[in-house]
Amino acid sequence: MSKIKSAFTNGKAFIPFITCGDPDLETTGRIVRAAVENGADIIELGIPFSDPTAEGPVIQGANVRALAGGVTTDKIFDFVRSLRKDVKIPLVFMTYSNVVFSYGAKEFISTCKEIGIDGIILPDLPFEEKDEFQPICREYGVDLISLIAPTSQKRIAMIAKEAEGFLYIVSSLGVTGTRSEITTDLSSIVKVVRENTDIPCAIGFGISTPEQAENMSKLSDGVIVGSAIIKLVEKYGKKFCRGCW
Amino acid sequence: MAETKGRFGVHGGQYIPETLMNAVIELEKAYDHYKNDPEFNRELSELFNEYANRPSRLYYAEKLTKALGGAKIYLKREDLNHTGSHKINNVLGQALLAKKMGKTRLIAETGAGQHGVATATAAALMNMECVVFMGEEDTKRQALNVYRMKLLGADVIPVTSGTATLKDAVSEAMREWTSRIDDTHYCLGSVMGPHPFPTIVRYFQAVISREIKEQILEKENRLPDAVIACVGGGSNAIGSFYHFIEDKEVRLIGCEAAGRGIDTFETAATINTGRLGIFHGMKSYFCQDKYGQIAPVYSISAGLDYPGIGPEHANLHDMGRAEYVPVTDEEAVNAFEFLSRTEGIIPAIESAHAVAHAMKIAPTMDKDKIIVITISGRGDKDCAAIARYRGEDIYE
Repeated sequence: MSKIKSAFTNGKAFIPFITCGDPDLETTGRIVRAAVENGADIIELGIPFSDPTAEGPVIQGANVRALAGGVTTDKIFDFVRSLRKDVKIPLVFMTYSNVVFSYGAKEFISTCKEIGIDGIILPDLPFEEKDEFQPICREYGVDLISLIAPTSQKRIAMIAKEAEGFLYIVSSLGVTGTRSEITTDLSSIVKVVRENTDIPCAIGFGISTPEQAENMSKLSDGVIVGSAIIKLVEKYGKKFCRGCW
Repeated sequence: MAETKGRFGVHGGQYIPETLMNAVIELEKAYDHYKNDPEFNRELSELFNEYANRPSRLYYAEKLTKALGGAKIYLKREDLNHTGSHKINNVLGQALLAKKMGKTRLIAETGAGQHGVATATAAALMNMECVVFMGEEDTKRQALNVYRMKLLGADVIPVTSGTATLKDAVSEAMREWTSRIDDTHYCLGSVMGPHPFPTIVRYFQAVISREIKEQILEKENRLPDAVIACVGGGSNAIGSFYHFIEDKEVRLIGCEAAGRGIDTFETAATINTGRLGIFHGMKSYFCQDKYGQIAPVYSISAGLDYPGIGPEHANLHDMGRAEYVPVTDEEAVNAFEFLSRTEGIIPAIESAHAVAHAMKIAPTMDKDKIIVITISGRGDKDCAAIARYRGEDIYE
C-alpha cells in the first residue's frame, strides 16, 4: 500500500493545501506543523506558478505573494528536506506542468523521491497527456494523482482505472475558491469511481466551512481545503500561528 | 485508447484541466464533421465573400519596391477585410461552428483588440452573447477598440492579474470557460492553446495562402521567393505560410516582436529567446525563467505581446522549414511610417514588423525575386500610440 493510500485508513482524511513561500517559507513551515497538530492526514504543498490557470483569485494571490518573496523550486526542495526531519505524514506537491517540465522531469521527480514527496498533482495534465510524467513517476515511486471533474462523465471509469495514490474529485465547475454551495451530483461520480478502483477519493474545490467539509467527507474518503486556508494566511501573514486555524 | 492528440513534432497536445477535456473533444468532433460538410463550407464562403470582403487583394507595391531597390514586393491586404484584420477569418469560422454546436455565447481573449472586435462583430451578426477578456494595460493602449467592442454589444472585462496583458487575458478566458461550458464556446484568437484550436484556427486562416497562391500565379505565373508575416501566437503567419509549406523553394519568414531588443528583458521574441515548455494548453517555445515561470514580455505591439508561439510554428522552426527573425519596436515604427509615406497604406503595428524585415532583405535580393508581405491589419488603431512613441502628446 502506498503511503498516500494508508493515510486514508484512519477515517476520513483531511488534506489542507498550502502555497509554499506565502509569504515566506518560515511561515509555511509553521503552518504545515500547525496543520499536522490539527489532524491533517496529507498535506498538499503548492509550488507557485506565474500563471495558475486553474486557480481563483485567492490562490492566485498566494502565488503572486510567494513568487514576489523570491521562492523557487530549489528553495522549496530544501524546505521539504527540513520539514521531513519531523513531519511524517504524506506530502504531495501541487503545481503546474511547466514547473516540472522546465526543471527536467527526471530531475524533479527523482528529487521528490529523495526528499520524501509522495505524490504530484498537476491540474493542467489530463489523462491524455499523463505519459509526459507518468513513466518517470512510476520509476521513482511517486504517485501522479489524477483529477476527475463534474464534466468528466464517461471519462471517469477510464481515469479511475489507472489512478494512483488518491483520486482528486473536483467538486464544481470553474476554478479554485470558496463557494457558498456545491451542487454537483458527487455521489454518482464517487459511485462510478468505486466501481473501477479501490484507491481512495477526496473532494476539493470550494470547501470553505466545517459543515461543507463534513458533508463532502460523507460522500468520499477525504476533503481538500485550499482557498479557505489561504485566506487565513493572507489575513495573518507572517503572524500566522496555531491559533489562527 | 486515449492518447495525446494534435501534435506538431514534439509540440502541441492538450495540457488543460480535466474540466475542459470533454469540451475540446466535442469541439474536435464538430470540427471534423463540419469541415467536410458542403453546407457549412457554403455558408462560410458566403460570409467570407459577402460579409468580410474576401478575397483580399494581392497588391503590387510598386513604389515600395522602387524605394527599396531590390525584390518585387506584393502586399496581401488582410487590412482591407471587414473589421480591419485577418482575425475575422477565424472568428467567422469558429462562430459558425459554435452556432452549429448549439452554443449561444462566445468568449474571447484579445491583445490589440482586433480579435476582440472581430469576435464581437461575429457575435452581433449571429445573435450570440459575447464577453471579451482584455489585459487592463491593453485596454489603455487600445481604448478605441474597447469602445468598438462595447458598441457591438460585447462585454469587455479588463484583466488585472499577472502582467495585465494578452497572456493574462488568455488565462482569464480559460478560467471563464471552465466555469461555463454548456452554452459557451471559447473563440481562441490564434493558432495556440490546446488541440484542436491550433488546427481549427489554421484551417480558417489558410484562406490567406490559398488566395496568395492563386493570385501570384495569375499575376506572375510563378510562386514567390519569400512570404513574410508577423508572429505573436502566429495565426496570420500560419495562414500565410500554410499552402506554401510543401513548396520548399518558398522562404517562409515569421517576424517576432523583439521589443527593445532580444538582448534585453523587454522582448516578446519567443523563438529567439524562449525555450521548450508547457503552458496555455500546449507544448511549445515560451519566454520563461530557469524555473519555468512565464516571463513578463514586452512589445510596442499589443497583438504580439505574448510569451509563447503556436505549436505548428515551433515545429516549422525545429524542421528548419520557416525562419523566425526578431524585429525591434524602433524598426517596426520606422516601417509603419515608411509604408504610410511610400504607399499610402497605414499598416497595423503588428504587420509593420513584417514590413520592417522586408525592408532589410528586399534590397539584398535581385529585382526578379518576389516577396509577399502579409499586411495582417490596418494601423488606424495604432496612430495615437505611435505618435506618443515619437514624443507627440496625442490620446484617443
